Amino acid sequence: MNPILLTAPDLLTAASLIVLDGALSIALHLDLHWRLAVATARMVVQLLLVGFVLRLVFARADPALTLLVVLVMTAIAAREVAARPAWRFARGGNLIVGGAAVASATALTSILALTTAIRPTPWYDPHYAVPLTGIILGNVLNGASIALDGILGGVAQQRAAIEARLALGDPFRLATRALRADSLRRAMLPAINQMSAAGIITLPGIMTGQIIAGMDPLEAAKYQILLMFLLTGASALAAVVTVVVAGRRLTDGRERLRLDRLRERRRT
Amino acid sequence: MRGCSGASPPGGEDGGVTGLRIHGLRSALAGPFELEVNAGECAAVTGPSGSGKSLFLRMIADLDPNEGEVALGDVARGSVPAPDWRRRAVYVAAEPGWWDPRVEAHFRRQDAEAAVALAETLGLTEAHLSGEVSRLSTGERQRLALVRALVRGPEALLLDEPTGALDRASVVRAAAFLAQRKRDGLIVVLVTHDEDLAAQLGDVRRRMQDRRFAV
Repeated sequence: MNPILLTAPDLLTAASLIVLDGALSIALHLDLHWRLAVATARMVVQLLLVGFVLRLVFARADPALTLLVVLVMTAIAAREVAARPAWRFARGGNLIVGGAAVASATALTSILALTTAIRPTPWYDPHYAVPLTGIILGNVLNGASIALDGILGGVAQQRAAIEARLALGDPFRLATRALRADSLRRAMLPAINQMSAAGIITLPGIMTGQIIAGMDPLEAAKYQILLMFLLTGASALAAVVTVVVAGRRLTDGRERLRLDRLRERRRT
Repeated sequence: MRGCSGASPPGGEDGGVTGLRIHGLRSALAGPFELEVNAGECAAVTGPSGSGKSLFLRMIADLDPNEGEVALGDVARGSVPAPDWRRRAVYVAAEPGWWDPRVEAHFRRQDAEAAVALAETLGLTEAHLSGEVSRLSTGERQRLALVRALVRGPEALLLDEPTGALDRASVVRAAAFLAQRKRDGLIVVLVTHDEDLAAQLGDVRRRMQDRRFAV
């Protein structure tokens, strides 16, 4: 079960493919070689850095350090959720919505998985907690940002329709029900598609990694199934929290539509 | 069905104080406004575009943040939940919004019959009510928005340029229609560019200038 370890020459051989891409860009005037070089350099530095940090975190096995790493990852994901939509709440509202959604969905799902299914000892063992949180965060980020984009973009676009219902005496919940359902549906679709395609169109990353690392394919498949449940559940949860928290900020005690709290992102 | 059957005038004739009372209504953008309209009467507000006429109506309906006292009869705005208030004082926008492609989806099932009757009085047919919103002209939409508001049985109608997209014949018909609703006891606050319409329907006249009533 010992994985085959890679050496520097192994990586350099594979890197020749990137060099080939760069040459192609120059030859065909794609004008991509500079961006390709930057992206490649960033990827190598980022991944090596993460490798070193995780090695340190694993070696220390200090719960406080593990928590710190998880919190930093969560904050970065929340910032990403806040930044993606074309519309944003005034005074950092997007960050609050993104933070609430990402943190609650990730915490709940990770702790559920660590205390019931995977059960390392202790349950917060960084070997499991950090990578699991990371992969859940990635999916939660997608769900939350699609939901936020859907509800903020939709509410700005459907203002007349929503206010027509409010003016007739419909409560805010009813006036925005279709919009919230639509945002949730859009946010859920990637997770559902990911499950449908798993194993047929793509061999999921975790499963691939575990098989290469020497795990029995059926055991790796079981791990992947567990992860798919977690990821789908987490992104749905994040989308629901996003829609609820964002919806609350779009109205007030008198059930008005408060578009004055929204700003459109300046196009650059 | 209140307000469109004529059988029971909202507020009643023997119930003491009725009518719409507005006192110190203001927001960061407009006001303060004072206005009283009795049951069965119409306040007509005219003034240049951008003078704050729509803001005024939206504030009465509590659709924009504002402060001040508004009451219908003895019901103060702040004493009832906002949706309840907006059911009593329905705001009809100049360009009304539609939340479903089908016209009929904008009416509750129990209102369907009343809607047809009202629509016919305004020169529309049953076909308009069973069609698609995207096929309607601006004027047809405006009249259907009026029907949509009235079948909910409001005590007061807040009309924002209700005849802006209508031809002369339709304006005459709409004016007669609103006059009839007034006789049934409906309170109307009418915002319009049409001085003739304002003169015809308005029992109280106000002129809006720079987001307040001109003296």
